[in-house]
Amino acid sequence: MLEQIDLTQVNWARAQFALTAMYHWIFVPLTLGLSFLVAFFESIYVRTGNEEWKRLTKFWMTLFGINFAIGVATGIIMEFEFGTNWSNYSWMVGDIFGAPLAVEGIFAFFLEATFFAVMFFGWNRVSKGFHLFSTWMVAVGSNLSALWILVANGWMQFPTGMLFNPDTARFEMQNFWEVLFSPVAISKFTHATSSGFLLGSLFVVGISCWYLLQERHQTMAKRSIIVASVFGLLSATYVGFTGDEAAYTVAQKQPMKLAAMEGLYDGQTSAPLVAAGLINSAKLPGDNQQPFAMEIKIPGLLSLLANRDPGSFVPGINDLVFGNRQQHIIGAQEKIEKGKIALELLRTYKEARKSGDQAIADASLKAFGDYQENMGYGYLNSPSEAVPPVGIAFYAFHIMVVTGAIFPLVLLLILYFQIRDTLAYQQWLLYLGMLCIPLGYVSQQAGWVLAEVGRQPWAIYGLLPVTVANSNLTSGTVMTTFFLFLGIFTLLLIAEISILAKQINIGPEEN
Amino acid sequence: MKTGRKLWAIIFIKLFIMFAILKVFFFPDYLQTNFSNDEERAAHVFNNITQLPQDK
Repeated sequence: MLEQIDLTQVNWARAQFALTAMYHWIFVPLTLGLSFLVAFFESIYVRTGNEEWKRLTKFWMTLFGINFAIGVATGIIMEFEFGTNWSNYSWMVGDIFGAPLAVEGIFAFFLEATFFAVMFFGWNRVSKGFHLFSTWMVAVGSNLSALWILVANGWMQFPTGMLFNPDTARFEMQNFWEVLFSPVAISKFTHATSSGFLLGSLFVVGISCWYLLQERHQTMAKRSIIVASVFGLLSATYVGFTGDEAAYTVAQKQPMKLAAMEGLYDGQTSAPLVAAGLINSAKLPGDNQQPFAMEIKIPGLLSLLANRDPGSFVPGINDLVFGNRQQHIIGAQEKIEKGKIALELLRTYKEARKSGDQAIADASLKAFGDYQENMGYGYLNSPSEAVPPVGIAFYAFHIMVVTGAIFPLVLLLILYFQIRDTLAYQQWLLYLGMLCIPLGYVSQQAGWVLAEVGRQPWAIYGLLPVTVANSNLTSGTVMTTFFLFLGIFTLLLIAEISILAKQINIGPEEN
Repeated sequence: MKTGRKLWAIIFIKLFIMFAILKVFFFPDYLQTNFSNDEERAAHVFNNITQLPQDK
């Protein structure tokens, strides 16, 4: 099968980056959520002085430590890949990403690492209060680490606060605060971290359900369930709000991604949301085929989601590819023409600089400013290249939303039965609680697949396609490291699961 | 304690593989390796990004 797939160098590099990012994101969201849960548990211990809560805190902290230890530094591999496989891209964004990633390194990582040592090894060496403070700092530091990388990702989705300098071939930051507080960066951070809180809650609830099924460590399991299900419900509510905000931001800043994730080809006023559907994979922009083999629609909901107005117009793929004068939408074809002018102006600028003709250089650079926002379209050969893979975006979005809707219902039922102290008798619900752990990971991965596949073909939205962002390497080199990573990460995942399973089986230390 | 030792071992082996093997042998920085100064790197990237797909 593999030889039938056209995986050229750039696609191998994309596959390798996707593999690394997806494995990395197995470890990260649990760290984000479990760190706060451990802080809650320890806060209760410090407040009540009850040793049972200390035992409980130490148990979940051990699981947090295992996940942290195995996952730590897996993200650095992505930086290796930037330098090797994506050298054009990494050179061009160096000025933008340098600041947020440096802040991460100096501030968040050291905050996390310093207090991490106190949290794990300081139980009998520092006061209760300082230990608790350290645990909270680990939670805050972990989440701050995520902030900076998500700001960088947000910028790739919606490049702002910068200007392209042709002399250095770099996007140079003009306004740090515009980059940090870009609406896409904010919605990325809030949605990704809150979904991590939810996953942490599902993890604690799911394992506690297993203990109840096994009739072991029941007091600890019940206490853990109460705290984690309340935190999970609050997080799920927040995930809903941030998800809504993320969808609104996508609609405003990346309308093509919204159209793809909903399989919307022809724009509509009062556009319906496709709640479930089977995509017609043969459908192409501009043809007469139906986009779905079957679908269930909710009238007006997509317009409400996209523009906060159920009667508003939502552009479809065809509007964005071919343009829609009535709705004042510029099509990809027109953007391609503008993009080619932008690239031509850059070449003229460079040649004028070389020949010492400053007047032409200045005029070219000034004119380039008017075309810069469509610069990336100049690399496309046809307007349909601006369309991301619709099927993947559609299914990823719907898997994320459907699983995301199941979690609060399960958590609510678990909390309800636990408050009535009858949860241990609801075997079906305990199994469902356990099932929510893998489903939580599926939901997390689906979210990132949507975010990254949905913005194709761009490495930097509208400015740099992935085909231009990569290095001049052979696919053999990238293939080798792809399979190397596949092996290493799979081993790490096996180690994670087996060590976690062993520790869960042992349970909390006995008094 | 046994788990702790195992985790430390995993951390060190992982970091060794990442920095002493992968980074050194498989992931050289393309621009650092092939060009001697920033001016050359900028010129190389500029040429790459101003080349249209049909010219490649």
